[in-house]
Amino acid sequence: MQDLTFGTILAVMEEIFGRGLFWLMVVLAGIVSVAYIYVLIRDRNISWRKFLWAQVSMPFGAIAAVWFVMGVTDSSASDLGGPVDLIVFISVAVAGAVGLAVLVYTIQSLLSPPKK
Amino acid sequence: MSKSKQHEFSRRDFLRYTATGAAAATVITPAKAAAAKTNAKIVIIGAGAGGTSAANRLVDQLDGAQITIIDPRPEHLYQPGLSLVAAGLKPASYVTSKTTDWLPDGVNLIAEKAMAIDPEARKVSTQQGKQLDYDFLIVAPGLVLDHDGIEGFSTDLIGKHGIGSLYAGPKYAARTWEAASKFTETGGEGIFTRPATEMKCAGAPIKHAFLIDDITRRAGNRGKANITYAAHSKSLFGVPIVAEKIRMLFDDRGINAAYSHVLKSVDPGTKRAVFQTPDGLQERDYDYLHVIPPQRAPAVVRESGLSWSDKWVDQGWVECDKYTLQHLRYDNIWALGDVAGVPKGKTAASVKWQVPVVVDGIVAQIEGREQRELFNGYTSCPMITKIGRAMLIEFDYKNNLTPSFPGIIAPLEELWISWLMKEVALKPTYNAMLRGLA
Repeated sequence: MQDLTFGTILAVMEEIFGRGLFWLMVVLAGIVSVAYIYVLIRDRNISWRKFLWAQVSMPFGAIAAVWFVMGVTDSSASDLGGPVDLIVFISVAVAGAVGLAVLVYTIQSLLSPPKK
Repeated sequence: MSKSKQHEFSRRDFLRYTATGAAAATVITPAKAAAAKTNAKIVIIGAGAGGTSAANRLVDQLDGAQITIIDPRPEHLYQPGLSLVAAGLKPASYVTSKTTDWLPDGVNLIAEKAMAIDPEARKVSTQQGKQLDYDFLIVAPGLVLDHDGIEGFSTDLIGKHGIGSLYAGPKYAARTWEAASKFTETGGEGIFTRPATEMKCAGAPIKHAFLIDDITRRAGNRGKANITYAAHSKSLFGVPIVAEKIRMLFDDRGINAAYSHVLKSVDPGTKRAVFQTPDGLQERDYDYLHVIPPQRAPAVVRESGLSWSDKWVDQGWVECDKYTLQHLRYDNIWALGDVAGVPKGKTAASVKWQVPVVVDGIVAQIEGREQRELFNGYTSCPMITKIGRAMLIEFDYKNNLTPSFPGIIAPLEELWISWLMKEVALKPTYNAMLRGLA
């Protein structure tokens, strides 16, 4: 791989998803992340009830992420061939789990802020 | 202000910090080098991977150059995708786009065939008689598939009589799958060939054999199928360490290797192929035959006096320095891509490394400086070994393996991540290369 710079990665990501969709996803991910940090700072507290629901959603996020990646690439879990494959597989699952948990926690916090 | 108010994180604060973060992120983009001023006339023959990518980079790096690109083909082909089309994994449309989709503003496209190059007078003539003067010439027309080089074969046969040939283009790659898919159902004798000439992506015929083996196996019909890979030499691949790995995988999959077997003729009626071997001609019956014809430089190159006179004389590749790709007799001509007369590099991955070298050679001459970029023969082949796994094989002129991710992605291991890269990242990287961004 030649010139694996930040600019190259951005250019490749734009080509994978299309420029519009890629930046829309970046903006959405940014909004959710910023909203998550916002509610944490605003509430000055973790709501363990909301966190519980976020945790409950994690396996669904993990399964959905793995299912999506396997589906779009015509592959299955039996194709894992080495340690790096296992790392990528687990990373996809963790990303899906954490992403959905953050989304679920943030939506709950925005819809029902703690009573002052 | 009450104590609780002091601790409250106001909406205005929040927006301010967010804006600061966004501003900080924008400074990551590096400053672009100033374009060199010139009024040079640059002609590029061919709007394939090399020509298009070079045009985009030249437009970025030169200010005032008159850049003309000559290519009659309205369709641009993403050729690395043809293997996937020929295995039924992608539709024919996966590999096609418009030539004009990728060309930058400020480049003049002449949609004609280049008919002659006069390197002494520095002129290129087109099919309709246009005469183009140039100061710098990039020769990147690709190669021609010599279908007539196999007796009895023509592209009309592809998809019928158990004959496939994925190199012939997207339509023919789809027809190849029609013939191959019948074989995966009925079994029989499957023979996968390659020519004795230099060829683009020497891994593709091997990938096709692995994929059809896998699909036949998944269909539960592998027991009815006998698969043979006919290598043109005593080796399965040009890089010894890779050849040995493929030999082991062939053993594992039950794929027979027939060494020094070069397809000479085919009789579609009787489904019989004739091979030139060290022991003379050998006939083999087949139920599926994958044909890859001999490959040569286009006539415009062979008839212009730009080819090597003592190497590849039957193929006509451009005589150029293997590190700079500059013509050895004309210092204002460069070869780029399949047509270059260098020992390795007829792949899109090589083009990605060659383009900056050729562009740097031209810009260096314009700026009166030494050339900085050199091509080391880098070639990459995501060697698909089954649906879902591939080996990310990268090597150079010295047959050294040159892994991009040493210690992370092992080049000679069948890995899912290498398949993911082929499926997800390769075409976007290719497209980014066309735009001069990768």
